[in-house]
Amino acid sequence: MHYEVAGDDLVWAGAAASDLKNELKRLGICPEVIRKTAVAMYEAEINMVIHADGGSIDVDISPDSILVTLKDNGVGIPDIEKAMIEGYSTASEEVRDMGFGAGMGLPNIKRCADVLKITSEIGVGTTVEIQVNI
Amino acid sequence: MKLKDIIRYVEATVYVCDELAEEEIISACGADLMSDVLAFSKERVVLLTGLVNLQVIRTAEMMEIKAILFVRGKEPTREMKSLAEEKSILLMSTKYSMYFSCGILYQKGLGRL
Ligand SMILES: Nc1ncnc2c1ncn2[C@@H]1O[C@H](COP(=O)(O)OP(=O)(O)O)[C@@H](O)[C@H]1O
Ligand SMILES: [Mg+2]
Repeated sequence: MHYEVAGDDLVWAGAAASDLKNELKRLGICPEVIRKTAVAMYEAEINMVIHADGGSIDVDISPDSILVTLKDNGVGIPDIEKAMIEGYSTASEEVRDMGFGAGMGLPNIKRCADVLKITSEIGVGTTVEIQVNI
Repeated sequence: MKLKDIIRYVEATVYVCDELAEEEIISACGADLMSDVLAFSKERVVLLTGLVNLQVIRTAEMMEIKAILFVRGKEPTREMKSLAEEKSILLMSTKYSMYFSCGILYQKGLGRL
């Protein structure tokens, strides 16, 4: 599956994660796996909107895992290790008013994913790969 | 405790999905920070929040939360109601504050083993 995520629309962000969740339900995947995938993809999708200028998401479903790959052409993450620390955030006040931007997104994604790979280049963009085993 | 009991205890106004009132609820999560809700994993909870935007509905959807109680008289918008209806999430609001609402439900035994 493929999704395009608009960069300027925090109000409707999460539509892709919602769609994937429906699809996983339809496939009869176990609820715990669905929840982990949906939460991780949702946080990553929100990050793509609030920290980058949107991007694209590809999802591959195989018999033993779900792989979600999020690619953006945003500012990039200078220090990934630091970004992973709970509480670290560069989000704006506006984002905080929406209930995000507490620096818990990446830690939440890490908790839900069986494998998490983040690669980033300053000024070029960020790729987040989330694998959840079925 | 059933959702209909919660509705009665906090004197809530229900906006959508009142057919879920017979659902059994085991615990509650009170938060204005959606990442906090997403880090919380329990079955059959009601979400209490003072935050009013579409991401509250999305967060409930991702977590399989069946009901949202808006505190301090906050009301969901038209878009929130229609998304909640589509996702089968009961929306309600109470005039009581977050502290008071949580207190009432805790006292009535919600989330206490
Ligand atoms: N896709 C991204 N592009 C650029 N920076 C990002 C991206 N995702 C995360 N970051 C950086 O990592 C930090 C931590 O992310 P996260 O844990 O999700 O917390 P939050 O989104 O609440 O700030 C962000 O504040 C931001 O600086
Ligand atoms: Mg985030």
